[in-house]
Amino acid sequence: MAVRVRVPTPLRKFTQGADEVDAQGTNVKALVEDLEKNYPGIKERICDETGKVRRFVNVYVNGDDIRFLQNLETSLKEGDSISIVPAIAGGF
Amino acid sequence: MSFVTGLQCRECGQAYPQQPLHVCESCFGPLEIQYDYDGIKKSISRDKIAPRARNLWRYRELLPIDGEPRVGLYSGYTPLVRAQRLGAALGVKELYVKDDSVNHPSFSYKDRVVSVAISKALEFGFDTVSCASTGNLANSVAAHAANAGLECYVFIPDGLEQGKIIGSAIYGPKTVAIKGNYDDVNRLCSEIGDKYGWAFVNVNLRPYYSEGAKTHGFEVAEQLGWKLPRHIVVASAGGTILPKLAKGFHELIQVGLVEDTGCKIYSAQAAGCAPIIQALHNGTDLVSPVKPNTIASSIAIGNPADGYYVIQAVKESGGWGESVSDEEILEGIKLLARTEGIFTEPAGGTEVAVTKKLIEQGRIPRDESIVVSITGNGYKTLEAVAPSVEKPYTIAATLQNFDELFQALSPRASVKAVAV
Repeated sequence: MAVRVRVPTPLRKFTQGADEVDAQGTNVKALVEDLEKNYPGIKERICDETGKVRRFVNVYVNGDDIRFLQNLETSLKEGDSISIVPAIAGGF
Repeated sequence: MSFVTGLQCRECGQAYPQQPLHVCESCFGPLEIQYDYDGIKKSISRDKIAPRARNLWRYRELLPIDGEPRVGLYSGYTPLVRAQRLGAALGVKELYVKDDSVNHPSFSYKDRVVSVAISKALEFGFDTVSCASTGNLANSVAAHAANAGLECYVFIPDGLEQGKIIGSAIYGPKTVAIKGNYDDVNRLCSEIGDKYGWAFVNVNLRPYYSEGAKTHGFEVAEQLGWKLPRHIVVASAGGTILPKLAKGFHELIQVGLVEDTGCKIYSAQAAGCAPIIQALHNGTDLVSPVKPNTIASSIAIGNPADGYYVIQAVKESGGWGESVSDEEILEGIKLLARTEGIFTEPAGGTEVAVTKKLIEQGRIPRDESIVVSITGNGYKTLEAVAPSVEKPYTIAATLQNFDELFQALSPRASVKAVAV
């Protein structure tokens, strides 16, 4: 079951410069493990030492923030689109 | 002449040379400008600053540009109004309004951050500038880009107030409205920035941009006679300005421009979008995102990038934070207008209403100096207040009609005949 993952600039050194990669996983947690298998070192950039998504990293499934879904337990289906995005300042 | 020594990750401490980079490549933490404060201390003084032009560049030793400033030559140095009538209404002794609603050229605090970001974009050699914005930032980027002769793309959520949309379009940028809220705009802009290599003022230029916010605090201190206020209240959206006020005050102490007399900093949010206040009140620094639902569109950011740092800065200063309802925000706008003659947008109404609430709660004492930061202008958000102000009295153009109206409005007044 393949999903598309959009890779932000700071992580592209792990994906040989690719801005999009395919990955496998029934939920976000499994997806991160799969990314780590193919792109060693990437997991540690997305998750902290306790395994939670880092404070300054946002993960979106089809445009929805996983914190509004089931976080790392958010389930995935064939063809889903995942974005990993660093937090951005702004407003007013 | 620059005292910048480089960039450093606020989280893991990794250092980087100056470049258009906003997140740490190791941990995604935000990058912060580093300065040679010993060098600045030797070079800067109150006397040296005093004769400089009245704009935000008068504190340039503490700002991250290398050459001469290129834009924002009239931005900043907004009035610090001694707010006697608002103070009386709130029952406090010494109240000031730092009035960025009249900032040049686009009437919000954003003219500070954009002046720095676009000057830096020109130093880096970018030819296109852009931003993700709830309105004011887009206005400011479009205005400064026009003045600098740069290409400009601004991205806003759809459904913004007319004043905010036209207030960008008039300067001739490409304005792109995204179906969704600010957080959707932000996510897309991060991906666009990656792909197109533009200077996104609040994305890849964020470390430079956010430094501009310090000047709001520098000016408050200078305008108080180089003294820190005891209390300052400011709205939090993405969370840029509040931690930068704290940083700016620390810097003034460090380089010897003010004494460390302590300044408590308070965060203001709309109840319909208060992720930072919720975390603060729950005793956690983990800010859970929310879906915004408030008339204060300029501060309706459900996923504040720097929320964590707002909470840190508030706690370190000994301050606090509150949120207020849309009704209280509208009352805040009217109270400021009817006591001080200053018309602010809902973000400013939030700042006034939260100040009132914190005073009533006893969080802010009534006998110490208080500054309310007013960050935006009410003429851009007429829709927000239109339903709650009096309509004009329409009459025929006869004196008799006015006499009748006057009697109805002021039944006890008598009309005196005036000799001509």
